[in-house]
Amino acid sequence: MTQDHSHSLAELVGQSTGPPWVGLDPVNEPMIRHWVEAMGDANPIYVDAGAALEVGLESVIAPPTMLQAWSMVGLTGTLERDSQRGQVKEIEHPNDRMMRLLDEEGFTSVVATNCEQEYLRPLKPGERIAVSSVIETISDVKKTGLGVGRFSTTRSDFYVVDDSFPEDPEGRTNAITSAEHVGTMRFRILKFAPGAQAPTMPPRPRPAITQDNEYFYEGLKAGKLLIQHCTECGTLRHPSLPGCGACGSLEWDTVESAGAGEIYSFVVVHYPQVPSFEYPLPIGLIALDEGTRIVANLDLDVDSIAIGMRVQARIDKLDDELSLPIFISAAS
Amino acid sequence: MSAHSFAGNTAIVGIGATEFSKNSGRSELRLAVEAVKAAIDDAGIQPSDVSGMVTFSSDTNPDVDIARSLGMGELTFFSRIHYGGGAACGTIQQAALAVEAGVADYVVCYRAFNERSGNRFGAGVQGRPPLANAESAHLATYMPVGLLTPASWVALAAQRYLHMTGATSEDLGTIAVLDRKHAATNPKAWFYEQPITMEEHQASRWIVEPLHLLDCCQETDGAQAIVVTSKERARDLPQRPVIIQAAAQGSGAGQDMMTSYYRDDLLGLPEMSVVARQLWETSGMGPSDMDAAILYDHFTPYVLYQLEELGFCAKGEAKDFIQGGRLEIGGELPMNMHGGQLGEAYLHGMNGIAEAVRQVRGHAVNQVESLENIVVTAGTGVPTSGLVLSTDR
Repeated sequence: MTQDHSHSLAELVGQSTGPPWVGLDPVNEPMIRHWVEAMGDANPIYVDAGAALEVGLESVIAPPTMLQAWSMVGLTGTLERDSQRGQVKEIEHPNDRMMRLLDEEGFTSVVATNCEQEYLRPLKPGERIAVSSVIETISDVKKTGLGVGRFSTTRSDFYVVDDSFPEDPEGRTNAITSAEHVGTMRFRILKFAPGAQAPTMPPRPRPAITQDNEYFYEGLKAGKLLIQHCTECGTLRHPSLPGCGACGSLEWDTVESAGAGEIYSFVVVHYPQVPSFEYPLPIGLIALDEGTRIVANLDLDVDSIAIGMRVQARIDKLDDELSLPIFISAAS
Repeated sequence: MSAHSFAGNTAIVGIGATEFSKNSGRSELRLAVEAVKAAIDDAGIQPSDVSGMVTFSSDTNPDVDIARSLGMGELTFFSRIHYGGGAACGTIQQAALAVEAGVADYVVCYRAFNERSGNRFGAGVQGRPPLANAESAHLATYMPVGLLTPASWVALAAQRYLHMTGATSEDLGTIAVLDRKHAATNPKAWFYEQPITMEEHQASRWIVEPLHLLDCCQETDGAQAIVVTSKERARDLPQRPVIIQAAAQGSGAGQDMMTSYYRDDLLGLPEMSVVARQLWETSGMGPSDMDAAILYDHFTPYVLYQLEELGFCAKGEAKDFIQGGRLEIGGELPMNMHGGQLGEAYLHGMNGIAEAVRQVRGHAVNQVESLENIVVTAGTGVPTSGLVLSTDR
């Protein structure tokens, strides 16, 4: 980290990212049709007024997941906004300031990590959507699989506005407080320094390798999550054993897991704190869809973890000798 | 299954312990020797009468060093049992088997360690070398992930149990509060005169969610020894005989060392069911015949599992069974009257056996009135063991 802007960044939390803006087009049927065709969504209430009436709606509605689409300003809109901003360069909106400060900390790369949306009511053709955003959180410096960086979550609130919605930034900021709130989106990004690892963290404890479990660690190094498979009766087993508990056969090979499963149980470790790990440390017992269970790390917000949650394995190379499966939300 | 021939024909005749502390200030071997000497004295025999020694494979004190230290002379039986605290009641079974078989007349079971000031089990296994053997490879599944401590191994099963049964952290707290209440009136307990409230349990810091600090037993320096012989010899000794009505070991289907996460469900301790079945069949008694229980309590959740596996209540119902003072002295099933490992000391279950002996003799500090039979269990989450001890009748 070249500079530490922790204090300046903390001051940005809770601030609006800039004045509210309005999408270029109102909610409209042609765009809805393009969307559902692209998504393969056959629900008739998005395109057939009769079907919508039948379920008690006044008209067709937009798919809820289009929420953000109605606020997008398109290529041209973006350019116009940027050129306007260029004319008043002395105004640095909080979002721009956050990105600049993070760049100065050396976190020059960006990746979107999560997007959560909440829909308060369906949107109908003809409605105009305005958006106001605030910086909700900026994390401490974290070590991630991508590199060291900070997470930032922006909360956007979506409103239905009419033609009287003002053009000037100040007027919009005032007018939006009385507009109808129809949805919320939390968008989380990681700004990071690519490839930079926290220098103080020692490597994780080494697994003991025998002829019985070597396939598992070699498989992970090759990017594969392997499960032992009895070639006599077909039963899968994990962790490794030389024989099959179902039939007693010593003959086996492996199958590759798709890495999909659900959280069967989990813990969050707080103490003791071993320098090779970050705490609190969430660890899951994952029931893989193939039928075996596996203990693995979870790359999930600690508060979001629940038994039954669907997860997906990602294989992380921790160092030259060790790769491990890390489970993330199947929804992300 | 036929009755075990030693059951009812063997007895515990001596118990001895050091103080329980956080820093003994002397070697583990010295602690072992002190406890063994105290147990031999309590039994009213001489060191030269002892011909057998049993301990845990995790104990660092060679039986021959103790024998030399006390002038025991020849030994004809020596044995060690694996699986940490799961060995505790198994040492008594080994001794009883040797006595019944005529291999040894007096056998001393012992456990001694500086587990708090020396090698703390709670510190984690991260420093263990990755040797190419099965015991190391077992840990390989958990070490690189950061699942390094007994608390974390228990917590991963317990989270599922709480989820499926509806038991809560407060239910776990009920066990902790009970043990500390009993320890508060036991002068030998580390937590003598230090009871806790449910609020303090809930406010104690997380160790490994869902376990708070006060769900985890303390760490202890100390030693405990126990002398076993035949019932006939016991009747000629000064102490009131404590009859070994049943002693059993058990390993369950799908058994693993602390991490049996791959069984059909995580809601039981099948190994304790194997122990319970033998205890009840051998003793000819059942849960309703027990006047008290000493249940292994390194971490609170497995106490609930044990009540179910031993048959005191149905699966998933321990959270209800423990309510209403049932486990308190004067209740239906007084439990861990010495304060357990949460309250008295963590002596790998051996101090619990000693408490059961005092209860049968009738001179425990927190004595259960008219006690005739008591059940004792050993370490949970591992291959384990149990005892039924009774008055001589």
